[in-house]
Amino acid sequence: MLDVARIRGQFPILAQTVGGKPLAYLDNAATTQKPQSVLDALARYYAAGNANIHRGVYALSQDATRAYEAARGKVAAFLNAAEPAEIVFTRNATEGINLVAQTFGRRRIGAGDEVVISGMEHHSNIVPWQIVCGEKGARLRVAPFSDTGELLVDELAALLGPRTRLVSIVHMSNSLGTVNPVERVVDLAHRQGIPVLVDGAQAAYHMPVDVQAIGCDFYVVTGHKLYGPTGIGALYGRRALLEAMPPYQGGGDMISSVTFERTTYNEVPHRFEAGTPHIAGAVGLGAALDFITGVGFDAIVAHERRLLDYATRALSAVPGLRLVGTAANKASILSFVLEGVHAHDIGTIVDTEGVAIRTGHHCTQPVMDRLGVPATARASLALYNTTGEIDQLVAALTKVRQLFG
Amino acid sequence: MSDLRDLYQEVILDHNRSPRNFGRLDDADLQADGHNPLCGDKLSITVKLTGDRVTDLRFEGSGCAISKASASLMTEGVKGRTLDDLGRLFERFHRLVTDQTAPVDEAGLGKLAVFAGVRDYPARVKCAILAWHTLRAAVDDRHDVVSTE
Repeated sequence: MLDVARIRGQFPILAQTVGGKPLAYLDNAATTQKPQSVLDALARYYAAGNANIHRGVYALSQDATRAYEAARGKVAAFLNAAEPAEIVFTRNATEGINLVAQTFGRRRIGAGDEVVISGMEHHSNIVPWQIVCGEKGARLRVAPFSDTGELLVDELAALLGPRTRLVSIVHMSNSLGTVNPVERVVDLAHRQGIPVLVDGAQAAYHMPVDVQAIGCDFYVVTGHKLYGPTGIGALYGRRALLEAMPPYQGGGDMISSVTFERTTYNEVPHRFEAGTPHIAGAVGLGAALDFITGVGFDAIVAHERRLLDYATRALSAVPGLRLVGTAANKASILSFVLEGVHAHDIGTIVDTEGVAIRTGHHCTQPVMDRLGVPATARASLALYNTTGEIDQLVAALTKVRQLFG
Repeated sequence: MSDLRDLYQEVILDHNRSPRNFGRLDDADLQADGHNPLCGDKLSITVKLTGDRVTDLRFEGSGCAISKASASLMTEGVKGRTLDDLGRLFERFHRLVTDQTAPVDEAGLGKLAVFAGVRDYPARVKCAILAWHTLRAAVDDRHDVVSTE
């Protein structure tokens, strides 16, 4: 059982008030808050450990290198990659997808080929493929989802064929909360020799992720949703695939030797990390993963499940409220619309009660179009949220009702 | 934090519930669509001119209370005005919702001054201003046509 009061005590930001009301931070799908251990790791790194990594012969540089590579090892363990070399540090999940699109994608996708995604992708898993498909004369195919937000796996399977070069699919939808059966999707794709990228930006802080059990070829995460710093993320790629991929960006650290005539590229994963990376960010991410592992996913999943059930019941009882995204397998996200009130008005009004939620299309405009809503209000949960904060949201929604009549 | 009622004034709530001049003019002289991609607000404005004067206009679309009420009150506020007048009104309205230090120009804005509360909610400025940008786009289009002839 998760001791939520003790957990909250580790997050300094949660103690604040907004306009005299206690902050109820329910916008975790956008970014999560950071525990003291992450803040300390960042401060400690800059106060005592900062040096540029790799090739430094002095102790401080070697320590920084070790800290950076240790963080890579923590990401590998967190995702159960076969080895740390399969983890490439990126700025965020978006960069992870772009990296694969611009290297693996550009090399593999040609005229008349197809890339398959789902209808519930974040813009970051749509636009990079549109760019490559547009450049190559390839086609983006979209697997639909049901009215409740369930991926229609049979329809996805029907899209796979000899021209499919890649399936890129979200593990957990940021606007619907749906958890997709990614193992099944990977199995269907692999039967036809099609590689699969899984966008784990939302999933990775709500549930344990095992990339080898999923069987995917690529998996992307972002640090700032894992209770870590912004500006650091990771791409998992199977070693054989990474080794066959051309470099992403050119520069220092991604090379073995350079002359004006010829450059030999470094081995994986360094080949994909040109320039001085976000060393402090990686160290902070490592601390964040230690924090998550310390709490444990058994406790996190149970706590968030209980919160989601509580919030689902409480919100369903609000007159005129309709939940958007009610898949059987969902986690920690409650998107909703309120009859006669636009999401933005809801967001502004609940903010005056200290409740932080997100309103709009959540970077999933095709999801909004598919469901026929211009926007939704979205409350998204994390391990430090409480049933009291759900009550605070519901009370704030009553105020919305009063104002709008 | 300022009082919510400063933002959601009764006039605004009323225009949100029952927007005036809602719909579309079939014989419009000017037309433009406005889109706020950040919030998904969409609106379409049609304008009928007699000479240089706006004799009728309508708007339709979907959006939050602020954007709907702003469009509705704008249609009331600009009807009967000349296009030059309209440009000046746009500037006054823009200052009203963005400049926290400017005095509220009730004389110059009339009923539109109810949007003064928006200046304390920077995230909502774009909601209040969408209809005005759309109307200006409609007018500018016409000028484009005029200038190319």
